[in-house]
Amino acid sequence: MSNTDATVDERIKETSKLRKALIRPELGAIVGTVAVFAFFIIFAGDSGMFNAQGVLNWSTVSAQFMIIAVGACMLMIAGEFDLSVGSMIGFAGMSIAIISVTLGWPIWVAILLTFALCIAIGALNGIIVVRTGLPSFIVTLAFLFILRGFTIFFPQLIERRTIIGGISEAAEGDWLAPLFGGKVGDGFFIWLGDLGVIEVFSRGTRAGQPVVDGIPMLIIWALGLVAIAHIILTRTQFGNWVFAAGGDAQAARYVGVPVNRVKIQMFMFTAFCACVFATCQVIEFGSAGADRGLLKEFEAIIAVVIGGALLTGGYGSVIGAALGALIFGVVQQGLFFAGVESSLFRVFLGVILLFAVILNTYIRRIITGER
Amino acid sequence: MTTEPIIEMRNIEKHFGPVIALNGVSFDIRAGECHCLLGDNGAGKSTFIKTMAGVHKPTGGEILFGGQAMHFDSPRDAMEAGIATVYQDLAMIPLMSVTRNFWMGREPVRKVGPFKFLDFKTANDVTMSEMRKMGINLRSPQQAVGTLSGGERQTVAIARAVHFGAKVLILDEPTSALGVRQTANVLSTIDRVRKTGIGIVFITHNVRHAMAVGDRFTVLNRGKTLGTAARGEITPEALQDLMAGGQEMAALEGSLGGTV
Repeated sequence: MSNTDATVDERIKETSKLRKALIRPELGAIVGTVAVFAFFIIFAGDSGMFNAQGVLNWSTVSAQFMIIAVGACMLMIAGEFDLSVGSMIGFAGMSIAIISVTLGWPIWVAILLTFALCIAIGALNGIIVVRTGLPSFIVTLAFLFILRGFTIFFPQLIERRTIIGGISEAAEGDWLAPLFGGKVGDGFFIWLGDLGVIEVFSRGTRAGQPVVDGIPMLIIWALGLVAIAHIILTRTQFGNWVFAAGGDAQAARYVGVPVNRVKIQMFMFTAFCACVFATCQVIEFGSAGADRGLLKEFEAIIAVVIGGALLTGGYGSVIGAALGALIFGVVQQGLFFAGVESSLFRVFLGVILLFAVILNTYIRRIITGER
Repeated sequence: MTTEPIIEMRNIEKHFGPVIALNGVSFDIRAGECHCLLGDNGAGKSTFIKTMAGVHKPTGGEILFGGQAMHFDSPRDAMEAGIATVYQDLAMIPLMSVTRNFWMGREPVRKVGPFKFLDFKTANDVTMSEMRKMGINLRSPQQAVGTLSGGERQTVAIARAVHFGAKVLILDEPTSALGVRQTANVLSTIDRVRKTGIGIVFITHNVRHAMAVGDRFTVLNRGKTLGTAARGEITPEALQDLMAGGQEMAALEGSLGGTV
């Protein structure tokens, strides 16, 4: 194809807009999101799923998925997995509870120390993977057990139980806790309630107050992380290195991309996301449990794959992963609203995962021109 | 060609434990020439160019760069000195766009307040114009490298090396996996690049490809240089014989009717 003049090679077919749209990683997730919403509007439209409380309900659940999906997405694009995310959530929550409740230190100290600890463990995961060249699947599987074991062991050793409560009291008046457990926009919701746009409580102690009194910080964290991660990934030099590290680490090294550093940083970011999740959770619930975060690593990975990322790395989208998380949240809560047996949610997960992986493989063939 | 060599490698030896991969190889490359390094599989070509590119440190011998003794500690060092290597299959990442591949590791950035963002406009424009100089019109700089042919991928890698100021370009068997037409394209790219004053080290085991663009030819066999000849001083048949180690090849060729 050495057309030195400006002619077009006759053997290349004009690519249609549709085909171009097809090879966006988010496509499957966008279609899925539309389909899921259409389904529940038809079958659960009058169940309260789409009034203010209902929306808040599935938004919160989706936001939880989103926070860990963002981390898993960036890491998967960089070519690695982290199976220790779920255990890290339990571990981080327990760490906050032990430091603040058992040791009685201020909760902001507990939160900051826990973040430092989790990010350090994330770095350790990354360093082991990079130094040994072992698959991250195995290394982080080891940490799945190590962290879960400690999460059960320490509270039993110290407090002789596996759930530590009293975090709400410890968080009272703290400056940092509201950043994870607070709500924003309460004035706006009171105004909406007064206008009659959203319902207000008709009796009880909160009579006259809107049923939704603010957006949980959890949702703000989710949207913030999605936006920042998306911009970093698609618009910055570092983002290009993330793609390069996952696309072909050796080729990237040859042109001077610090592949190892990038991968370790992505492990740290995943740990950070797990820690955000855990902090929001313990402050909302007021307690930490040794079984928190179970299976979250797989849910995060599924959301990322639904979002169009390739398991082999080098390709994917944070926006897609966020939509994957939204699909998750909407379906999980929607089945409840529609009165469907909740165990069917797992069936749905399995089916949609299979579809997503098949679709992604097909899309990759289109992009790389493999036949 | 009376100019001083850009790089001169003298009596390079490289041992891997008990294995002697290179046993005294001398080679030099001048500006604006295409110096072909020929040799059969296992002759030590790859080890030799990796030594030149800073991947391996030689066990013995010296490397002179612009007349000065040089020690490269890493491929990065060699790259910064102006030695760019285009490896046969490790050059590009298929899932990423041409632009992203072209700039990988050296992305242009634009400052917006305290933040630095990729400058896609510059990146795309430069990629398109550099590719046009090499005779390839891309459909779009955003198309994935995976959609390009093997020859085009080599060309992107070559264009990238040239754009980032390579003085010496090492091409590791750029034509070995290509079809006839794509090979012709890569060879004409080599010719184009040579005319800009860059010295090209062209590794191949295909005598015809070497004869098409080479100014000088050095043959490696069993870790040793068998000698260097300038264009016109040697016939393709003689080169072929040197590569294969003479006698047996002549007999083989006879039985195959001179088609190898």
